[in-house]
Amino acid sequence: MAKKNKVAVLIKEFADDMYKKILKKKSPKIKTPLRALSNVKYDIKEGYFELLGKEKERALTTSTVKSFAQTLRLLGLSKEIVEKDDMATKREAYYVSKNWGEAKFNEQPESDTIMDDVEAMMKVNREQMGFIPEEKGGDIAGKLVVIDVDPDTGKEIKIDCTKFGSGAYSVPTSVEHLKFETKAKFVLAIETAGMFQRLVKHNYWKKANCILISMGGVPTRACRRFIRKLSDEKKLPVYVFTDGDPYGWMNIYRTLKVGSGNSAHINEFFCVPKAKFFGITAQDIVDYKLPTHPLKDVDIKRIKDAIKNDPFVHHHKEWAKCLNQLVKMKVRAEQQALAKHGLNFVISDYLPNKLKNAKTWLP
Amino acid sequence: MAEQTKLTETKTKKRRSNAEEMAKKQREISVAEFFEKNRHLLGFDNKRKALLTTIKEAVDNSLDACEEAGILPEINVEIIDLSGKQDAQSEKFRIIIEDNGPGIIKQQVPKIFAKLLYGSKFHSMKQSRGQQGIGISAAALYGQLTTGKPVRIISKTSANKPAHYYELHINTTNNKPEIVKEDIKEWKKDHGTKVEIDMEGSYQKGGQSVDEYLIETAVVNPHVTITYTNPKAEQRIFPRATDQLPIEPKEIKPHPYGVELGILIKMLKTTSAKTLQQFFTTEFSRVGPSVAKEICEKASIVPKAKPTQIDRAHAEKLFNAIKEVKIMNPPTNCLSPIGAELLEKGLKKEINAEFYCSASRPPSVYRGNPFIMEAAIAYGGELPGDKQVTIMRFANRVPLLYQQSACSTTKSIAQTNWRSYGLSQSQNSIPVGPVAIVIHMASVWVPFTSEAKEALAHYPEMIKELKLALQECGRKLGSYVNKKKRVGAELKKRSYIDKYIPHVADALKELLSLKDGEKEKIETQLRDMLEEKRGEVEDLKFDPTKNTEYDEEMAKIKKIVEEEHEEKENGKEE
Repeated sequence: MAKKNKVAVLIKEFADDMYKKILKKKSPKIKTPLRALSNVKYDIKEGYFELLGKEKERALTTSTVKSFAQTLRLLGLSKEIVEKDDMATKREAYYVSKNWGEAKFNEQPESDTIMDDVEAMMKVNREQMGFIPEEKGGDIAGKLVVIDVDPDTGKEIKIDCTKFGSGAYSVPTSVEHLKFETKAKFVLAIETAGMFQRLVKHNYWKKANCILISMGGVPTRACRRFIRKLSDEKKLPVYVFTDGDPYGWMNIYRTLKVGSGNSAHINEFFCVPKAKFFGITAQDIVDYKLPTHPLKDVDIKRIKDAIKNDPFVHHHKEWAKCLNQLVKMKVRAEQQALAKHGLNFVISDYLPNKLKNAKTWLP
Repeated sequence: MAEQTKLTETKTKKRRSNAEEMAKKQREISVAEFFEKNRHLLGFDNKRKALLTTIKEAVDNSLDACEEAGILPEINVEIIDLSGKQDAQSEKFRIIIEDNGPGIIKQQVPKIFAKLLYGSKFHSMKQSRGQQGIGISAAALYGQLTTGKPVRIISKTSANKPAHYYELHINTTNNKPEIVKEDIKEWKKDHGTKVEIDMEGSYQKGGQSVDEYLIETAVVNPHVTITYTNPKAEQRIFPRATDQLPIEPKEIKPHPYGVELGILIKMLKTTSAKTLQQFFTTEFSRVGPSVAKEICEKASIVPKAKPTQIDRAHAEKLFNAIKEVKIMNPPTNCLSPIGAELLEKGLKKEINAEFYCSASRPPSVYRGNPFIMEAAIAYGGELPGDKQVTIMRFANRVPLLYQQSACSTTKSIAQTNWRSYGLSQSQNSIPVGPVAIVIHMASVWVPFTSEAKEALAHYPEMIKELKLALQECGRKLGSYVNKKKRVGAELKKRSYIDKYIPHVADALKELLSLKDGEKEKIETQLRDMLEEKRGEVEDLKFDPTKNTEYDEEMAKIKKIVEEEHEEKENGKEE
């Protein structure tokens, strides 16, 4: 409660400052950090993308006046929610804006962007401002006990992630209050639900003594924070297993490990610097003679862009090498392509090989 | 192949006619006969046009005569429906044109009105409306052909002389006037001429109508008063706007550059000059003794040679020599342009627009004939923006209503790049936009594409000069259009920003639990800041009352005219 009030106070201070400026006839401005790859640097020591000083400005100009008004409106909504100890999903916030006349958001991505800007500007997580995401955080199976709180009684409840059978535990949207008990040796974060299902079905977590996490594409904030907490609090190594294509490498793995340009303001808490890449690498495609698909134009563009602009790739020559190798091969391979060597080849050979041979990983 | 030979054989065997037989049919063709068959060449191709051409020729003559005599013209035009039924189907009309000009002396009346190709203007190097001496007599002939009635003229040269009355026929075989009736009449006027022609015609309002011709004439001739009564007996007066007659154009001698070989030979034969040098200095403009000598030297003929003894071969040498000698451009006091200012004023009278500009070029020369191109442009206001621009063409102060697309002025407009002046235009065509363009050519000899005097011929010098005039106007137009666009964009931006000010105020009110008064204060502060920061903008909104020259009544006639015309056209389509 005290924490939430703090947000309300912050917002009020900001508004008051602007009000006084307007009374003094000083043009009001809202400055927010520029959230883009061009405004981040890869902090090697901390292991994540850090914002540089570039800012964007919203004021009473043609191109920014609408988002200027919207930013203030959204701050107002946040303050109201926080004071009532309520919450709004991102979608709900978008619908609330429909009351704002011309200042309403036409599409949800618009309100999401402003929300992220507000978050970056106030330096407070959007969850703390009362806005919560729609999407669920990811699926967990394996040797992990999650300690949550019963919303009614406030009592601790223990959730054993080995007891979901062929199902899985879902990461909640807010994970800050969770505690863990585990004896697993590592965390395996998996891109596709299909691969996760296969590993769960065959109790791979039991054999390898690990925790399996299905990210379902680019991991959500909650999922990233969840993995980070596991990595920090339980000192568990995190291995990431994706398709062998630039999307799996850059959008999923890189975002999980060091964060992204777009959410650089929160990378500090939401990335997993200690994560390692388990595959599929370009070399894996060669070594395992995997069936492939040709690279799409967007893939090639993404690779070139990463080689040119991504500070993470700049720093890790191995990644640059891997990306270049893929461009030369002009192909990509999916996780499921391992099924060429038998449906359970991934369990019997691929993952054990990877575990044994750290040289085949990528940083 | 065989068949063909056969054909030619039969042809040679059986001649249809022979030289002797043919000679029997060969005889002189009189101009009048020629015209009888080719009335379209003189602008009498249809009934509607015939009416207009007749009035145009008569009014042009009246204006020329008045101006030459230094009289402020007062012209009365009347069209009377002879069928009795007052509807558009009427076929017979009486046209009466009366002026206060100097009058015509008795002996000349029959020739002027009943002999084709008779007049004073053909041989003179001076700006005038009429040129060939064919127009009014052609009208009379047309009347005679369609109604059998003679042309009736009454003319008086001064207060103490009687008025002569004539009824004339044209003998089409020998192009000579036949006097049907001759009389002396009482006429209240001190001087002037009145012509009456009965003819077949069709009266229609609309574009290319008598109404339009008279309005345009009044606009570019602000020193003229015209009283006009249409077949529906509706009278309309276009009063003069100025008592100032246009500057009298001086007659000049031909310029050597403009003379053709045949004419040169003819001039050599008929000159009274004793020597070749004298011939050149007296018969041409801009030729002094030294230039004359130079021409002779270039042609290898002694300057003292007798002009009448120069043969064809030597004449050709002289003709070629002229081209090699640098001769000053002809004097331009033979021209009487309308002037950029007056052109613009005329435009303002007719069209209520938001922006006007004009340009008058310095004199230039085509084929030895001096000419001046003038242009004026009206933009925006009540002009429709989605149509091709309106073009109004004038030559020696006479409106040109037909054959716009065949006119070299149209070509000049199409060749000018209007896109850089803010209008839309597809390659080499008339631009689209809320614009009216007025063009005037003043010249000692306006080169028309036909005797109907409807379109200007395509001389490169003329096209070039007109383009320069249009470009000058265009630049002014362009800077206005750009300014308007800038102001428009700025106002749009401002109102866009302004739209969000209440939202900013509302948000702050909510965030800080402000009172309504405080919220309003925020709004006014923000609005003031916006105003201060973005500076003042010029008000370019169209104000219909700003144009004090605008003659709503006159414009209305034209507008009604246009609408009726359009309705008719639409009706046709249905």
